Amino acid sequence: MIPVTVLTGQLGAGKTTLLQRLLTSPQMAGTAVLVNEFGEIGLDHELLTPLEGEVTLLRSGCICCTVRDDIAGAIRDLIDRAARGQIPPLTRVMIETTGLADPFPVLSTLSADPVLRSHVAPGGVITVVDAINGPDALAEAGGMARRQVAAADVIALAKRDLSVPAQTQGTLDQLHRLNPVAQLTFADAPLSRLLPQGPRDWPEAPETPAVAAPGSGHGHADLDGIRTLTITRPGAINWTAFGLWLTALLDSHGDRIHRVKGVLEVDPGGPPVLINAVGWLVHPPQHLTRWPEGVPHTRLVFIFEDLEPERIRRSFEAFDRLGHAVAPLPG
Amino acid sequence: MCALCGILGGDDHWSDAVPRAGVYTRRDGPQARRAEAARRAKVLNAVLASRGLKFRDWQGQYILQTLTGQTQVLSMISHVWAEGGRMTGRPMDPLDPAWLARIEDAVPDEGGAA
Repeated sequence: MIPVTVLTGQLGAGKTTLLQRLLTSPQMAGTAVLVNEFGEIGLDHELLTPLEGEVTLLRSGCICCTVRDDIAGAIRDLIDRAARGQIPPLTRVMIETTGLADPFPVLSTLSADPVLRSHVAPGGVITVVDAINGPDALAEAGGMARRQVAAADVIALAKRDLSVPAQTQGTLDQLHRLNPVAQLTFADAPLSRLLPQGPRDWPEAPETPAVAAPGSGHGHADLDGIRTLTITRPGAINWTAFGLWLTALLDSHGDRIHRVKGVLEVDPGGPPVLINAVGWLVHPPQHLTRWPEGVPHTRLVFIFEDLEPERIRRSFEAFDRLGHAVAPLPG
Repeated sequence: MCALCGILGGDDHWSDAVPRAGVYTRRDGPQARRAEAARRAKVLNAVLASRGLKFRDWQGQYILQTLTGQTQVLSMISHVWAEGGRMTGRPMDPLDPAWLARIEDAVPDEGGAA
C-alpha cells in the first residue's frame, strides 16, 4: 500500500518553501507530489524529464504532478504509469492542498474511491503554521485553520526566525493544546521529522519542541471553544458497540468534532488497534505492533468545539457497558 | 459483488472493514463475519428499542422497522442513525441526555434483567 500524505496550511504559511525542500531532496525519490501549479513552486531549473500529460520527473527522483481537476484520477493515473514502468515505483504520494482547503474532503475522496482503497493507505497530514500570522488564524472559532491543525499528524511551525522566542513558545503551547496527538516540529527541521511515520509508530508522547519554558510563552490568542477530552481505560472495550457509537457520534456532531485519535484494546490480550478520525471520516483501523508505554491500555483523544466533554465520556461508557452486556466476545 | 454475502456492492464500513494488510477487522472468514454481524444486531436492537425500532441484518443488507411496520432497507450500516432519526422523527444523537438515560437503563443487571 502506498501512503498518501496531505500537506496543508493557510495561504502564505510557508507550504511552498517546504515543498521546495521536499521536492529537491534525494530522500523524497519515488514520492509523487500533486500540486496545484508546478510553475508557482519556482523549481523549473530542477526539471529533469517532462513526461506525458502533467507529470514531471525532477533531479531528486521526485515525481511532480499538476492536478487539473480530479485528485483520485490523478493518483490512479500515477499508479498505472508506475505499474507500466513509465515512472519510477511510487513509495509515497503527497498532496498539496490550497490554503483555504479543509483536509477532510481530500481524505474523504481518497477513502471513497474503490480502486484507490486497495492501493493507497492514509499517510498522515502535515499542517504548516506561520509563527507570525498563525495565532490570529487559530483564534477564529470554527475556522479552517483550526480544522487544519486538528487534522494534523505533524505540525510544522514556519517563519520562527521572524518571531521572538516568547511568541514562538506561545504559539507552540497553543498548537499543543489544539492538537495534543500531533508531532510538533519546525518547518526547517530534518525531513525525517517532518514526514509522518506509518500508523505503526504511534508516538509514546509526541515531542514538543521548546524555545522557552513550555507554558511561559505570550502573545498567543485564546482558543475559545476548543476542548479536548482524553478517555483512558484498562481492559478491552467492546468493539462492536464502539463502532456503532462513534458512527452515531460523528453522524450527529462531525462538524464540531475535528479529530478522534487513539489506541484501543478490543480483543483481550490482543495487539493495539489505532483509531484515527478527521471530521466525519474514520480511517480504516490499523493494527499497531506494540502498545505505547508497553502496557495494554485504551486511550482515546477527542478534539472538538462546543460540546460537553463529560457527556461524550458518559455516552462512550453507556454504549460500551451495553455492548459488553448484550454482545460479549465468546470465551 | 461481496464475496461473502453475494450482494452487489457490499458495505465497507471502517468498523467492519474488508480484510486487507494492516487493517483490523472481524471479517476473517464467513463464520467470524456472521458472528460479528449477530453481535452488531444485538447492540443495535438494545439501543434502538427505546426509539421503537428494530434492526435486522439480512445477507449484508440492513432492515430497519418501526413498531407500526414501516420498513427501510439500507445498504450501509452508517445510514442506520440518520434513517432511524428520519423514521421516528427524532434525531439519533448519542449525546442526547434523555436517550442516554434510556440506553443506560437498557444495560441488563448482573442477574440478567434489564
